[in-house]
Amino acid sequence: MLQETVRQQLLAIVGSDFYKDDPQSLVTHSYDGTPMLQALPDGVIYPASTEQVSAIMKVLNTHRIPVIGRGSGTNLCGGTVPVEGGVVMVMHRMNRILEVDLENLVAIVQPGLITKSFIAHVESLGLFYPPDPSSMAISTIGGNIAECSGGLRGLKYGTTKDYVLGLEAVLASGEIIRTGGKLMKDVAGYDLTKLLVGSEGTLAIITEATLKLVPPPKYKKTMLAMYKDLYGAARTVSKIIESRIIPSTLEFLDNATVRVVDDFAKLGLPLDMEAILLIEQDGETEMVERDIARIEEICRSEQAHSVSIAESPEEALKLLTARRSAFTALARLRPTTILEDATVPRSKIAEMVLEINRIARKHQVTICTFGHAGDGNLHPTATTDARDKEEIHRVEAAFAEIFEAAIRLGGTITGEHGVGLVKSPYLEWKVGSAGIEVMQAVKQAFDPHHLLNPGKIFAKQSRKRVVLQHG
Amino acid sequence: MRCGFCLPACPTFRETGIEAESPRGRIALMKAVTDGLMMPDQSFEEQMSHCLGCRACEPACPADVKYGQLLEQTREAIEAHTESHRWWVKPLRHVVFKQLFPHQKRVRLLGGAIRLYQQAGLRKLARSAGVMKLLPVHLSEMEQVLPDASSKGIVQKIGSHHPAKGTKIAKVGMFRGCLMDMLFTETNIKTVELLTEAGFEVVIPDTQACCGALHAHSGEMKDARSLARKNIAAFQAAGVDYIVSNAGGCGASLTEYDHLLHEDEQWREGALWLAKRVVDISHLLIRSGKLAAAQPEGQPIRITYQDSCHLRNVMRSADAPRKLLRDVSGAEFVEMFEADRCCGSAGTYNIVQPEMAGGLLARKMEHANATKAHYLLTSNPGCLLQMKLGAAKHGDGQMQVQHIVDFLHERLVHNSSDKVKEQA
Ligand SMILES: Cc1cc2nc3c(=O)[nH]c(=O)nc-3n(C[C@H](O)[C@H](O)[C@H](O)COP(=O)(O)OP(=O)(O)OC[C@H]3O[C@@H](n4cnc5c(N)ncnc54)[C@H](O)[C@@H]3O)c2cc1C
Ligand code: SF4
Ligand code: SF4
Repeated sequence: MLQETVRQQLLAIVGSDFYKDDPQSLVTHSYDGTPMLQALPDGVIYPASTEQVSAIMKVLNTHRIPVIGRGSGTNLCGGTVPVEGGVVMVMHRMNRILEVDLENLVAIVQPGLITKSFIAHVESLGLFYPPDPSSMAISTIGGNIAECSGGLRGLKYGTTKDYVLGLEAVLASGEIIRTGGKLMKDVAGYDLTKLLVGSEGTLAIITEATLKLVPPPKYKKTMLAMYKDLYGAARTVSKIIESRIIPSTLEFLDNATVRVVDDFAKLGLPLDMEAILLIEQDGETEMVERDIARIEEICRSEQAHSVSIAESPEEALKLLTARRSAFTALARLRPTTILEDATVPRSKIAEMVLEINRIARKHQVTICTFGHAGDGNLHPTATTDARDKEEIHRVEAAFAEIFEAAIRLGGTITGEHGVGLVKSPYLEWKVGSAGIEVMQAVKQAFDPHHLLNPGKIFAKQSRKRVVLQHG
Repeated sequence: MRCGFCLPACPTFRETGIEAESPRGRIALMKAVTDGLMMPDQSFEEQMSHCLGCRACEPACPADVKYGQLLEQTREAIEAHTESHRWWVKPLRHVVFKQLFPHQKRVRLLGGAIRLYQQAGLRKLARSAGVMKLLPVHLSEMEQVLPDASSKGIVQKIGSHHPAKGTKIAKVGMFRGCLMDMLFTETNIKTVELLTEAGFEVVIPDTQACCGALHAHSGEMKDARSLARKNIAAFQAAGVDYIVSNAGGCGASLTEYDHLLHEDEQWREGALWLAKRVVDISHLLIRSGKLAAAQPEGQPIRITYQDSCHLRNVMRSADAPRKLLRDVSGAEFVEMFEADRCCGSAGTYNIVQPEMAGGLLARKMEHANATKAHYLLTSNPGCLLQMKLGAAKHGDGQMQVQHIVDFLHERLVHNSSDKVKEQA
């Protein structure tokens, strides 16, 4: 609980309905989508405007109270768990689309807007916003920006960072800054927009975003290629890219994932396949037909057991939606599901898949793998049981080795889920100690008292994972 | 697993946008109480009773989390400890759960009493004398849409054995339901007629009891279990192939008897036997394929359908009623926006949580009115009453609310098997 005087100041800003510190509110903001993490905040606040955010920040800054920005809490890196207490700031009330500028093809939105509602709205206007994290039915634009989320369309269309043109944000001091704008080109000084994208709530609270829209593709085609041989599927991915075809979606699911997804979505997929590729191409009709034909050839040359084309847009949508449920569906197998986010250059997908399987066998843990194979972003997912401490140790050891392997192959420790709490011990592996120093200096400049989402991105000794030895 | 896929499916989360009002939030609260992180205080209890129990969160959950079971266990625990229900809730619940629903005869007596009250002009008197004003608004509103109750149930009226017309497909035990049998006896009778017409032999074991849904959803598990045992015995004795229900709520609770009695060694198998045989009337009618319904010529109508949450989310049956309605010739079926969302009736929810229920109903009626349908059809007595209330409060007077059975029965094409052949 905060000091009474601070409470009163916060209540005065938002009113009694929108600052809460009853046990219920605290418990329901003590977790996010990440398994096994929980910490209670001191209060929960729901601002309605940039001015309120600024006023709240001023109060919290004066009293040195941490603040954790929160969209829908779907992140998978412990990004919104209030490990050092403080106030969770829920952005849901700031959920409006302020403007869709049809001349400049940009939209200005508030951060609490649900991603899928935004996509549906722009599509109704005949435009297209490509970033589509699998959580888009729940996640917010603010959360997407703070995590730089990617999605099924990332391969061809890029990720959130490629669509954020400008931001309005509130600093720890309560001051409001604006970066970028409706401009397609802007090199005036450091690119603060790009810096804030992916900053995981540690540099500023985002209160408004200017997003780029593009014309929608005219035509698309979705296909499924099934393999009895895992390696064949992985090699197909590398080969498609090698042949200079960039599909709009190129997803990989291994056998265990196919089984649980099918159980949930009742698709009637064959359950004896080692791997399935879900491939979509969009664009001009001729180009799509040509690419799909060529992709089919590649699949067959890699011994695909069968290749089929979705009969209707509904069927295609059903397949994509089912793929989006993969992570959660894996929870059917064991009580605890831990998903990671290792990414490698696209040519190394086949090697990485083999590495993951080897490492899982070595540590005797079950790891299912699926992911945005087309952009090298794999989600090796351990199905385990948090109550079995010994097994959890083995899982952590396996993941440490998987990250190592990813970095060795020229990859990274996270492709889209962010560092947050859970990856912080590994960040130095990727960026080096000089990299960490520069990042910390940036943090210092934005947030000198370390009030914005403390404990995230930068690891403290005390919160390291069990397995930390490098090598 | 806390992915949040269930959030957009949850009507109370949609209404409020607050995490605690979501399935993920409620599960976190339950877990916090179990873990000792939080006291099961009054706000916790209130949150648990805020949940509609509509279970829209279950089909939305890829991890197959059994939210309904968690909720039942929690409510049972609350029921065992609580003193804090609002003063009128507790005695009302006592009467309803302990005195009334377990005893079919008393339900019928009550039906008789209500009927007497309705017929003897007492209703008019009471209304004009302003007695109704003494009741909370939402209760008196409800009273106005109640149909005439009956002291005679279906068995008293038409007997308990009804042979199939034509070649018999299977033997069906009818679950008559308490509310259905008291307030909608005619609908029950028409259910039997539709079924025999479709080729099913129907028996209505008179020893059957209330399904126990209201008890289970309110945490009165012991009562729910003993009712379940009675029903298993009744239907096993009748030796039926199917047990048909025309109330989504009851049907769903029957299909979960295996869970309800999973710790009861003696009854476990019987529970499974019963659970496997339960089907909704729409399913049987589709399966038989013998019935055809047609709107009398010259008056094309528009119809729409409100799902019963439990029929949809627990029995997972959303297609059968729609298919039946799409097949009615001379009628146009229009899907209502968000027909899959709870109407706010939810057992006794509209009585104990009038505010949330009212909000949900207002939104529901907006969508219903937008279809411009002449008929709004449902598959559950609770929803039926709630939708009648909605039509009375928010409707334009053009829309009739009916049980799907009544609607189909009225338009039944006799010798329909010939008709079907002719069309084919
Ligand atoms: C089933 C499932 C599938 C997923 N699939 C994908 C996927 O395909 N691709 C992908 O990239 N991610 C995926 N994720 C991860 C997650 O959904 C994304 O990271 C998403 O962008 C988080 O959005 P959110 O609104 O829930 O944000 P939250 O989880 O609430 O917050 C995420 C981070 O953003 C910060 N934040 C939130 N709002 C603001 C703001 N206004 N200002 C400053 N900081 C803020 C928080 O402090 C936190 O650090 C998935 C998650 C789940 C559960
Ligand atoms: S109940 Fe299911 S859908 Fe909801 S948060 Fe848990 S796993 Fe996700
Ligand atoms: S049962 Fe209905 S109201 Fe309750 S949490 Fe699930 S979806 Fe929400």
